Amino acid sequence: MSAWISPFRLRKAGILGMNERNVSYIARYNDRRSYPLVDDKLKTKLLAEEFDIKTPRLRQVVRQQHEISHFSDMAVDLEGFAIKPSKGSGGKGITVIQRREGDQYVKASGAHLTLGYLERHLSNILAGLYSLGGTPDVAIVEDLVRPTALLSKFSFQGVPDIRIVVFQGYPVMAMLRLSTRASDGKANLHQGAVGVGLDIGSGHALNAVQFNRQILLHPDTGLPVSDIRIDDWDTMLVMAARCYEATGLGYIGVDLVLDEVEGPLLLELNARPGLAIQMANGKGLLPRLRNIESLKRPHFTPEKRAAYSMTTFGA
Amino acid sequence: MKQRSRYPFYLAIFLLIAAGIALAVTRHVQLGIPWLAGEQKPVWMVEARIDFEASGEEVLVSLNVPDNPPGFRVLSQQAASPGYGFSLIEDSGDLRAEWSIRQAEGSQTLYFNVQLTPDGSTDGEIITVPPEPEEVFWEEPQATAVAEVLERAAAKSASPESMTRELIKLMQSSEPDQNISLLLNNNPYVTLVQRMLNQAGIPARVADGLKLEDARRLQPLRPFLQIHNGERWLTFHPETGQQGLPDDVLLWRQDADSLLDVMGGEDSQISFSMLQQTVPALQLATREGSGNGLGFLSLYELPIEEQGMFRMLLLLPLGALVVAFMRIIIGIRTSGTFMPVLIAVAFVQTSLIPGLVAFLSVVTVGLLMRGYLSSLNLLLVARISALIILVIAITTGISIIGYQMGFNTGMTVTFFPMVILAWTIERMSILWEEDGAREVLTQGFGSLFVAVLAYLLMDAPLASHLTFNFPELHLVTFGLVLLMGQYTGYKLSELRRFSPVRDFS
Repeated sequence: MSAWISPFRLRKAGILGMNERNVSYIARYNDRRSYPLVDDKLKTKLLAEEFDIKTPRLRQVVRQQHEISHFSDMAVDLEGFAIKPSKGSGGKGITVIQRREGDQYVKASGAHLTLGYLERHLSNILAGLYSLGGTPDVAIVEDLVRPTALLSKFSFQGVPDIRIVVFQGYPVMAMLRLSTRASDGKANLHQGAVGVGLDIGSGHALNAVQFNRQILLHPDTGLPVSDIRIDDWDTMLVMAARCYEATGLGYIGVDLVLDEVEGPLLLELNARPGLAIQMANGKGLLPRLRNIESLKRPHFTPEKRAAYSMTTFGA
Repeated sequence: MKQRSRYPFYLAIFLLIAAGIALAVTRHVQLGIPWLAGEQKPVWMVEARIDFEASGEEVLVSLNVPDNPPGFRVLSQQAASPGYGFSLIEDSGDLRAEWSIRQAEGSQTLYFNVQLTPDGSTDGEIITVPPEPEEVFWEEPQATAVAEVLERAAAKSASPESMTRELIKLMQSSEPDQNISLLLNNNPYVTLVQRMLNQAGIPARVADGLKLEDARRLQPLRPFLQIHNGERWLTFHPETGQQGLPDDVLLWRQDADSLLDVMGGEDSQISFSMLQQTVPALQLATREGSGNGLGFLSLYELPIEEQGMFRMLLLLPLGALVVAFMRIIIGIRTSGTFMPVLIAVAFVQTSLIPGLVAFLSVVTVGLLMRGYLSSLNLLLVARISALIILVIAITTGISIIGYQMGFNTGMTVTFFPMVILAWTIERMSILWEEDGAREVLTQGFGSLFVAVLAYLLMDAPLASHLTFNFPELHLVTFGLVLLMGQYTGYKLSELRRFSPVRDFS
């Protein structure tokens, strides 16, 4: 297999390139004023609440350096939790604590962390180490998401999340991201996580890639990824579609997780969703985006839009 | 949603680029700013020397000096004349140099210097109101002879130009008939022809020309015949009848009645000497550029120190262009969008290899030290501040060690922007912790590659010459950057990244 492909063939396959995504979709359909809503996880959370979109339960917001000392008071009650920088990007600065062992906090990877480490981490977040442009930030502490057994068995550590690209309120493409040993428990595809393309119509796996190469089995768990079926698929699509009303952004990536107890939860929104989803699906985004753009009478409710997508883009 | 037509945008870009190029071409033509850096242009230094015997009274010397001579541009004029008052006087379109002194006795010498450079224009200016031919009076039998000769010449000609050529041919024929012999014996030749042409109704005059040859002294002026064809003055060689002024002839006097007037002196003589120099064309343009036309757009008027700064600043758009191209069209990842440009600017000052070595060593040592800092768990601002101090310490160390070992190039490390270096190290270090060494190397080498490319472009002599002397060319850069901002095609790197698409069903 040659390492290069001609641009005409890419165009024919309907692959959306980064320049075209930036100019023709993000710049045209995403209003800059709404960016803070998605770049700031705290704002997203509060917004989602208003629109009845469930998110992991917020435990604490650390805004000031002196509030860090209260962190341990709160943390004693929690078994597992996640610390996130509110304005972080690309999953940077997120620390997930699975459980406690005495006064040690244990990460998903099994690493033991002291309270002091977590406090320094919080202080780093406040100083803006992980935020875009290094601006001062706040840290949010949320309940740990416990993925359904069905999904977590496919993933090496980490929480499998589902990325749905929503264009003008229509879910157009979806993938499941499974962390691997290579990705160090993170769900970022460029770090080696597995991307599983999901059929919009059914939530069934279509195709899977790791490092841009097609795979059939999860490299760590050894399970065939084609067996994956997502429960509650309709609910998830409607949730994703509703994010359009919430943010007003025409082209977003919606990251959802499936919690054992709570069901589908919104993790975060992304105003500049990546292009790897096309590789995971084995399909280009362009035909679907054009389909939505050419709609003469858009559907007004998230439910109807999700239904339209399921029938139109389903396999 | 909002989607405007792209045509006004492309039109605007086209206009921007066209305006940039047009402005540059105009300034090139008008001010003679050369396209290439090393271009040389000849400059003639012509010196007129006036000698006369002063009779002990007040003296006034008036010399006609070249004013808009065809084929040349006057760069400067100056006089050397101890004790004399000097001024340049414009008198009814006639430029004269005037020296005056209350009292002078004995032999006097005055000098007048003029610097000229050849320019393309050989034609004189178009004069809308043609001059009238002079009234000429002839004694008999010359009047009859003139009438006869003119009749013969007119029979063979159709225009003032051909009339002039025919007349000169007749007067120069090897076997002149008696009419012509009569005229030639009683009149000086050039004045005779001039008067005959005026008699024939063609405005004519005698101009004085100087043949320019390098390092000649005591050169005389030679007469040239000029006629007016209703549009402009045309020059003819009075003996050969050849039309047009040779390239190496400077018309010193054109429309003045007299070349030199001396009051209060006698035995006045004038002679010319000349010298050719080659001067960089750019120097020529800067010297005369300020005053005329688009000269105000030039940076030459600024103090030298600011000029040096602008030389650097005006290179930055090129670096930005390279970064835009590499990121948008090629798709190379760099750490920090414009960090490569800043590194490239530093490279311009350090030159490439020492710059690369210095940069790599500072970043490597910095990364190692940052590893220790990271184990201290400092607050971010404190950590960056500490890094800045460390970076300065490292550069100082490299400079001192380099100097002790005999490499002066070690010193150049100080040209790197310290704060940028500190941030680069910090970002790389976090990238290392979060995404692994591979990503650090990809982005690090991506940045360096782009920086080296930007450096190669910015360091090209042509680039710095064009950007500084034709700052308006940045309108073109601007247009190109705007165009790239609209590029929706695939990046080169995406052709590789998306190559598995060929396996799609």
